[in-house]
Amino acid sequence: MNIQNNIEKKLLDHFEPAHLEVINESFMHNVPDGAETHFKVVLVTPKFSGERLINRHRAVNAVLKDELANEIHALALHTYTDEEWHSLYGEAPDSPRCLGGMHRQAS
Amino acid sequence: METVDKIKQQIAENPILIYMKGSPKLPSCGFSSQASQALMACGEQFAYVDILQNPDIRAELPKFANWPTFPQLWVDGELVGGCDIILEMFQQGELQPLIKETAQKYASDEAAAQDSE
Repeated sequence: MNIQNNIEKKLLDHFEPAHLEVINESFMHNVPDGAETHFKVVLVTPKFSGERLINRHRAVNAVLKDELANEIHALALHTYTDEEWHSLYGEAPDSPRCLGGMHRQAS
Repeated sequence: METVDKIKQQIAENPILIYMKGSPKLPSCGFSSQASQALMACGEQFAYVDILQNPDIRAELPKFANWPTFPQLWVDGELVGGCDIILEMFQQGELQPLIKETAQKYASDEAAAQDSE
C-alpha cells in the first residue's frame, strides 16, 4: 500500500471525517520524482468540536506517529469542525428532487 | 548541560521563541519562512533557534514537545504550534494579541524588577 493511501485509511478509520483530502505535495520540494514525503491534509470532523488547534494537530500526529517517524518529512494540517468548514465554504447545493421522469403522469 | 535542560532553559528565558530551520532573515524551509514572517508581522521582539545549526536540539525537541516537526513557536513557556497553526491564528487575528500581551507582560515584569532594585 502506498503512503498516501495508508494516511487516508488511518484518518478515515480514526476520525470518521465529513470531509477528507490527503494531497501529495512532494513534487513541490527537492525530492526525487514519485516521492511520498510532503503531504497536505484537510480534515473535517465533529470530533474536533471544542478542541484547540494544537490538540487537533496532536491528535492527527498521534494517529500518523509511525509515518511521521519514518516516511513523512512534512505534514501540512488544516483541521475543522463541520460548522467551521461550512462557514468557510458554505453548504454544497442540494440536488433537485425527482419530478417523475418517464413515469410522470400526464395531467 | 543535557540537551533537554538546554531546551527548558531557552523556553524559560525567552517568552517568545521560535525553533526553525535557518533564521528569520535567511530561512532554509518554506514552512519556517512563513511562520517567522507572520511572527515578525506581529511587531514584537522574539528569539529564534536555528535547529540546522543545533542537531542535538533538532533530535531532542520533538520528543520533549510531543510535536514532530519544525517550526515550533513557544510563547510564555507553552507550545503554540507549528506553521499551519501560526498562520491560521495570524489570519484569524488571534496571534497578534497573544504576542503583544506576552511582550507587554514581560516588559512590565522587567520594569517591576528594576523598580525593586
